[in-house]
Amino acid sequence: MKLSKRLLLSTVAAASLLSLSGAASAQNALDGIQKAKLIKIAIPTDFPPYGFVGVDLKPQGLDIDIANYIGTKMGVKVELVVVTSANRIAYLQTKKADLVISTLGKNAEREKVIDFTAAYSPFFQAIYGAKSLNVKSLADLAGKSIAVTRGAIEDQELTKVAPAGADIKRFEDNNATISAYVAGQTQLVATGASVAGVMMQKNPQLNAEYKLLLKDSPNFIGVAKGEDALRTRVNAIIAEAKKAGDIDKMAQKWLGRPAGQLPE
Amino acid sequence: MELDFGAVLAHWPLLAKGVAWTLGLTAVSALLGCILGIACAWVRSQGPGWSRALVGTYVELVRNTPFIVQLFFIFFGLPAAGVRLSPEWASVIAMVVNLGAYSAEIVRAGIQSTPVGQFEAAASLALSRMQTFLWVVLPPSLQRVWPALVSQIIIVMLGSAICGQISTEELSFAANLIQSRNFRAFEAFIVATVIYLLLSIATRTALNWLGQRFLFGGRRG
Repeated sequence: MKLSKRLLLSTVAAASLLSLSGAASAQNALDGIQKAKLIKIAIPTDFPPYGFVGVDLKPQGLDIDIANYIGTKMGVKVELVVVTSANRIAYLQTKKADLVISTLGKNAEREKVIDFTAAYSPFFQAIYGAKSLNVKSLADLAGKSIAVTRGAIEDQELTKVAPAGADIKRFEDNNATISAYVAGQTQLVATGASVAGVMMQKNPQLNAEYKLLLKDSPNFIGVAKGEDALRTRVNAIIAEAKKAGDIDKMAQKWLGRPAGQLPE
Repeated sequence: MELDFGAVLAHWPLLAKGVAWTLGLTAVSALLGCILGIACAWVRSQGPGWSRALVGTYVELVRNTPFIVQLFFIFFGLPAAGVRLSPEWASVIAMVVNLGAYSAEIVRAGIQSTPVGQFEAAASLALSRMQTFLWVVLPPSLQRVWPALVSQIIIVMLGSAICGQISTEELSFAANLIQSRNFRAFEAFIVATVIYLLLSIATRTALNWLGQRFLFGGRRG
């Protein structure tokens, strides 16, 4: 017990040292970006059509287009950093990325840890399952297994609203979630509308359909806590892009409909 | 950034459940894996030729592929063949299969280091081959390789962190879930690291004691 107590103390000491040095070295991300002429942006590759790997094995999608758009407007090179729903915030906190453009939803708990810019794209999450399965309301989820990506907004929403008997299976990333459902490991899947659309199109044998709406949650861009200069700059770019119709154009290209009204 | 361990420790029921799953998975797979390993070691050192080749293929297949691939094969691949396992069963099977292959080689090393005189002594007492193996060869062999075997069990326990990928709710899964809820990644993983460290130390101590007490030490009185 003595040993473990000492260990715990030294681990905590090491961790706090780490965080101190981090805080001292990076006060202003915007200056760093302009000096290096490079912005590192975290994007998904498991979430079509927001971010996925194309036939040329390069990431593409709405989030990637937004990332490149912001880079162009800032006049710097863009380095894309591939992340998953579960690890994207850690990338931001550890300065491995300056911005997170990765179907990031906003909620109060998250706002304590990072800051958000204005919204840049619409998004909604829902539950999908076989046509033969009777799910008409949230109460029908009791006794059924549901695949969901751990840490995504749909996970938090589902955890909140699901009845006690629902068997929620949480997976590391969207690909695993979808694979689990397609392989028949779960009866239902909770995910973004766009992801489900691609899944159903590729697997007509599943006979899956839209069951229940979980949450209407537009996407925001994440910046590290306190990086106000960077956040203001990105907000200005988004506002300009909205006015110029560029946001609608990108939404039309990837989602098949304009972005519409998005919260600031 | 500042560290806030309270935000992570507030989720202690999740962590406790994670610890229980990690220990449970490890206990079951250590027991079954070691039995499988001992059986395979016997076959590989004394079994008939065809079975040696079979076990050899199994051992090499498992030892030369990543654990996560084995796990995904069982969980995502086998349903295509009509075998549908829960994440927990898939995890146990993957861990048993994995530990079985590694421990087979460890135990085989112990068996092969048994002096020929032991076999001759057993034969002169008219013990059968099975009796010789179980009572003459195996206990001292296990004693010789016990530290290596315990290390392998610890490795498998730490490897169970991967089982969270298929939604088994072990300790890493809990840490990941907590950090995805409150974005306290540093704190969550520091807590998980400390818990893993304590679990490893406790498991090693317990297994060393158990080995001495029940497997080879106790009967020596």
